[in-house]
Amino acid sequence: MSGELSLWVEIPVAILLLLSSLFALIGAIGLVRMKDYFQRMHPPALASTLGAWCVALASIIYFSALKSGPVLHAWLIPILLAITVPVTTLLLARAALFRKRMAGDDVPAEVSSRRSERGS
Amino acid sequence: MKRLFPAPWLSLALLLLWLVLNQSISPGNLLLGAMLGFCAPLMMRKLRPLPIRIRRPDVILRLLLVVCRDVVMSNLAVAWGVLNAGRRPARSRFIKVPLDLRDANGLAALSAICTVVPGTVWSELALDRSILLLHVFDLDDEALFIQHFKATYERPLMEIFE
Repeated sequence: MSGELSLWVEIPVAILLLLSSLFALIGAIGLVRMKDYFQRMHPPALASTLGAWCVALASIIYFSALKSGPVLHAWLIPILLAITVPVTTLLLARAALFRKRMAGDDVPAEVSSRRSERGS
Repeated sequence: MKRLFPAPWLSLALLLLWLVLNQSISPGNLLLGAMLGFCAPLMMRKLRPLPIRIRRPDVILRLLLVVCRDVVMSNLAVAWGVLNAGRRPARSRFIKVPLDLRDANGLAALSAICTVVPGTVWSELALDRSILLLHVFDLDDEALFIQHFKATYERPLMEIFE
């Protein structure tokens, strides 16, 4: 097959790529506009979920059509992202909570110590 | 057999991962993938002392679909919240969710799910695993959210892991 692809492949691929860049852009805007640290943890997740999914799907459709057979390895990217992103996000959230508690900011107290106080 | 393959599903997944990454099933890649699947779980065995017992593949599949749907929905919700931040700031706050799930692997899966879904970040788990501190991007009704959270994520995970 030559480099020519039918319009029915190119349109969905283009739409998916635009969608993914839109979500990455909104995530970045959110990172700038949100007020406090914890609020700022949410928007970047747009890029690592729907943003990455759309690119992966576009890549699968494009290369599957180009090679006239399923090319599925791009799906590994969302799967590996889903495994690794929570690790860093969780570490950041825990570290921020710890620091803000040390600084005496307005964050919830430790959930386990409160519990044991109530129990005793 | 159990000593050589402490985590047979993980070994299989690693082999598959290798083959998909290299996009070939040539004998050389099969051998390398098999070696990866054989060696990695043996080396990692000390790091994951808890045996994993997984049941109900039907529930796993359904949970996966629900999570995918929720990811898409909350992507749109967070995107909307970001674009509307000037007019109507998002009502972000921490909430405490009482948990019934106690299995460590199930809790790990739960933390991965609610961190992957935009709009919620797993922030802290009580030492006795009874309370979860969750940061929510835009919270409307706390009781309703907790009810939804427990029904859609925690209950299936309890069926799978406990």
